[in-house]
Amino acid sequence: MIRTILIAFFAVSTIGAGVWGYMEHQDKNAVLIQAENNYQRAFHELTYNVELLHDKIGSTLAMNSRQQLSPQLAEIWKVTSEANGDVGQLPLTLMPFNKTEEFLSQIGDFAYRTAVRDLEKKPLTEEEVQKLEELHEHSREIKNELRKVQNVVLRDNLRWMDVELALATNDEVGDNTIVDGFRTVEKTVEGFETAELGTGSGTSDTTENYRFLSGENLSKEQAEKVASSWLEDIDTKKLRMTDSGKGAEVPTITASFQDGEKNGYLDMTKKGGHPLTMMISRPIKKAKIGLHEASEKAKSFVERLDVDSVELVESSQYGNTGVFRFVYTKDDIRYYPDAMVLKVALDNGEVMGLSAREFFNYHNDRKINPPVLTEEKAREKVNPQLEIQQQRLSVIENDIKEEVLCYEFLTTMENTTYRIFINATNGEEEKVETLKKSEMKYNQEV
Amino acid sequence: MLWKKTIVISLGLSLMIFPFSEWTIGRPVYGFSNQVIQQGATGNDVIELQSRLQYLGFYNGDIDGVFGWGTYWAVRNFQSEFGLEIDGLVGEEVKAKLNKASQYDEGYVKEQIQKGNDFTHYGGVPKKQQTKQDNNKRDQNKQTEQSTPNEPTAVNVPGGYSQNEIQLMANAVYGEARGEPYVGQVAVASVIINRVQSSSFPNSVSGVIFEPRAFTAVSDGQIWLTPNETAKEAVIDAMNGWDPSGQALYYFNPNTATSSWIWSRPQIKQIGKHIFCK
Repeated sequence: MIRTILIAFFAVSTIGAGVWGYMEHQDKNAVLIQAENNYQRAFHELTYNVELLHDKIGSTLAMNSRQQLSPQLAEIWKVTSEANGDVGQLPLTLMPFNKTEEFLSQIGDFAYRTAVRDLEKKPLTEEEVQKLEELHEHSREIKNELRKVQNVVLRDNLRWMDVELALATNDEVGDNTIVDGFRTVEKTVEGFETAELGTGSGTSDTTENYRFLSGENLSKEQAEKVASSWLEDIDTKKLRMTDSGKGAEVPTITASFQDGEKNGYLDMTKKGGHPLTMMISRPIKKAKIGLHEASEKAKSFVERLDVDSVELVESSQYGNTGVFRFVYTKDDIRYYPDAMVLKVALDNGEVMGLSAREFFNYHNDRKINPPVLTEEKAREKVNPQLEIQQQRLSVIENDIKEEVLCYEFLTTMENTTYRIFINATNGEEEKVETLKKSEMKYNQEV
Repeated sequence: MLWKKTIVISLGLSLMIFPFSEWTIGRPVYGFSNQVIQQGATGNDVIELQSRLQYLGFYNGDIDGVFGWGTYWAVRNFQSEFGLEIDGLVGEEVKAKLNKASQYDEGYVKEQIQKGNDFTHYGGVPKKQQTKQDNNKRDQNKQTEQSTPNEPTAVNVPGGYSQNEIQLMANAVYGEARGEPYVGQVAVASVIINRVQSSSFPNSVSGVIFEPRAFTAVSDGQIWLTPNETAKEAVIDAMNGWDPSGQALYYFNPNTATSSWIWSRPQIKQIGKHIFCK
């Protein structure tokens, strides 16, 4: 009797487990197929978009009428951005595939700059046409490689999930056609080095960073002393010093310490010992001092940096800390690229952080030509719908990474504030920003 | 009879001159703290400042407790109208002038903020006309009423970002680096920001975070743990411009990294357990 019951019991539970297992398996498969399909879509769209890109560049070259040219270039810009989006959805991050992405965005930049230009007045130069021809050739090569991969994928039913698994488990992906295919694409792109694609203007990639630094290289003892002076005069024995590796933009020395609940961190340049990043972290108590008082503390801290004059341009309170942005000023002109940010604890006014990377990267004794336009003339260039509240002269870096002297106008329309930069030499509207710093708390509304 | 009438009329007249409401509200005591209020500040002082400026018609925005650009222009206009130095700072003099010229019905303002109503605080307009109650919100507000008393209804966010992006990044940072020192967390957050700015990665925070295989915390679901305040603070620091990673685009844990490719990247430095590289 008991035996029959037991047998029946085990039989039922075995069948039950089997059914449950099968259903789990089905569910898992459904999810896997879903993920696989997403990858497949991104991949096939990528190949389609690259092909489209190739065609569009071709027809741009064949085009004669300028009215058609601008929309065509805008179209190229759009397609490159879509192709880039597709790449972003493929599991390629840990594969060397970033050259191709860079290449795509460079085509995009080139197309954008030429598309927004008035081609009636400034037609494509010989050089630019030649560049387009090069891009046409390169895109053809990429397209062909991708089409080959696509063909194999479709013929052999290759799955992206396998690539995922292969990449996840082990780096040496032996015989994976997809991975190999993409490696070939990447090699092709590497072949046409980025330099020749230079988009016609000095981008920051090509100029050397931190070239204006002054001073001599620090010895270990000097570095310790400098670090301690910035980190609340902490005992140099407590500091841990490390040098930066070869990937750093500028050789730096890092000092850090841990002292009870407090820890500190400082990055300084090896040359001259200029502090780039300083951070002190400790629990901050309830705010006792106001933002204004804190900004004074921040300002007196900045003075230690040996800068002639800085001006507070932005302040905001985040809970019980205040964050302040200063820029360099000279002859009442603000130099926005030379910026530094400070963080002050509002419980006792202690400076908790300094970020002066931008400042040391850009700051130098520049020669800025005096404005050609009068302020009156510049005012006329501002949209008459806007009410001008404040104006001053300032230097900004524009879209093509050039430093330009501008008239800066703070204007309002309805309840919104806009900052307008009008080039003081040629009257062009260099930049228009919407100034928004606060946001309502959504959790109170929902 | 005539005698009685005169009393009633004169009483009525006196009421017209001194409306009851004036008395019942009671003169607010000097509400401001003695701090100088400047742009970017948040809190009760700002709520009072905005209410008073609105009472006088200088400020037309929401009374939200954050000293933004709208409040800044209102203060400047007030200063120019009242013959004060125009600097956008609210010091003793401005506070005294404001106090004299305007009234601040603290009880009313705080109540509206607590209830989450749309409201204004103009002088000379009955309070009833200045509130818009949203009935849908009332029930929910009852629950939250106690938890958020008298707090500003807005927050400062670093330029170009929103609270939800801060939250998403805090999730990622917490999932990736919760055991790391504070600097290490800021560094991870700045890698995300550096990637957004780089041309070889997607151009949005969400695009970078959810790029397949980009972050292990995203792949294994640790990103959905609830982040703590430290992670959030680290994200805000990174958004405000701190980058202890030295402009890194990648980082890895040398003990667990499986890819040999990542070792070939030029390294910048090590913070905590992570090596940051170009």
